[in-house]
Amino acid sequence: MILCLDLSYRPGSLALEEFAYPVAAIVRKAGEEAKIVHYTGVGTGLPPGTDAVILCGTALKDTRYLGRPELFCWLPEAPVPVLGICAGMQVISTVHGGETEAGCEIGMTDIEVVRPDPLFAGKDCFQAYELHTLACTPPPGFWALAVSGTCVQAIRHRKKAVYGIMFHPEVRNEWLVERFLGMGRSL
Amino acid sequence: MKLGVLCSGGKDSIYAAYRAMQKEEVACFISVVSRNEESYMFHTPNVPLVALQAEAAGLPLVCVETAGEKEKELQDLRDALECARERYGIEGVVSGAILSVYQASRLQQICRDMDLWCFNPLWYTDQEGYMASLVREGFSIIITGVFSEPFDESWLGRRIDGLMIAQLKAIAERYRITLTGEGGEFETFALDAPFFERRIAVRKASAKYKNFRGVYMIEEAELEER
Repeated sequence: MILCLDLSYRPGSLALEEFAYPVAAIVRKAGEEAKIVHYTGVGTGLPPGTDAVILCGTALKDTRYLGRPELFCWLPEAPVPVLGICAGMQVISTVHGGETEAGCEIGMTDIEVVRPDPLFAGKDCFQAYELHTLACTPPPGFWALAVSGTCVQAIRHRKKAVYGIMFHPEVRNEWLVERFLGMGRSL
Repeated sequence: MKLGVLCSGGKDSIYAAYRAMQKEEVACFISVVSRNEESYMFHTPNVPLVALQAEAAGLPLVCVETAGEKEKELQDLRDALECARERYGIEGVVSGAILSVYQASRLQQICRDMDLWCFNPLWYTDQEGYMASLVREGFSIIITGVFSEPFDESWLGRRIDGLMIAQLKAIAERYRITLTGEGGEFETFALDAPFFERRIAVRKASAKYKNFRGVYMIEEAELEER
């Protein structure tokens, strides 16, 4: 089961359909079970049967998730692959000691891959949909994998399949989620 | 949270309003009427009838007119949102965007500039499931414009039902268009919705059609009890 974490301002919010449903749809289309859970409902450990976690994005004005880092205490020890999308990347960075700063991109943006990784194999540069007002630096123990003209676009933990991406792959880059799921299967 | 729904009169904005009402408070409809039939941002047939939809929903309407020039109409949209904020205290905007990165990113940018929330509850939705839910949940939607092959004149004024969805599905697969008409292949107008207090009855309409392009103009309409 792929746990799709809704990072929106409250459980069942109006942003749920916009940011979690499209990601869950890609997961299901790839033949995996997707379970959407609000981040406040995870507790100290992941639900039994979790094969991977995807932290989904939020509305542009929503940064409430950054105010409750203790709710992500499970993240550093997560025994499964993790992919953080936009807000999810900010959470991964923050929980691992990175910092967020102002950095706004809206709309299709050029992404340049700067470090080889299976997630971006064969993709030197591509366009992706951005929707963020905050950017983050790679925390200690992470590599920067891709950048745009504004900020770091992808990070990866040096020892684990824990990824953060700033763009929204559910828009025109579904391949990235599919690859992430494939990596989880092969581990 | 008080929200204004950007409403063109078509199925997507009316359904987005319905979803928004289930989660937040919808304070008003916002309509931008374009004088340009090829508007980049705003769907045009029958947009003036959004006033009747707002009345049916018991909601106020903020309506601005635009010449429909590419970037000027974005300023007109900003003016409309500012007006909605001043009059009705909206804190955010809802749109019915499904796949249009052009529309969504421009609206997101405007909302960012104006410090407003922006919601697109149909964004990248399962289109077949969405179309089925329109019928299942009691929306009455008619086709008010066709702009591509293979739609003939018989489509104009037709109500979306299960049979039409099956036909659209076959057309979408064969002609590589979206099931929801997101690419502008057809336009719609909502005559009734679960949150309408009364429904819209079309009293007089006319159709113009030529070479896979046609519009169904509602000339006279009024509210009636269900």
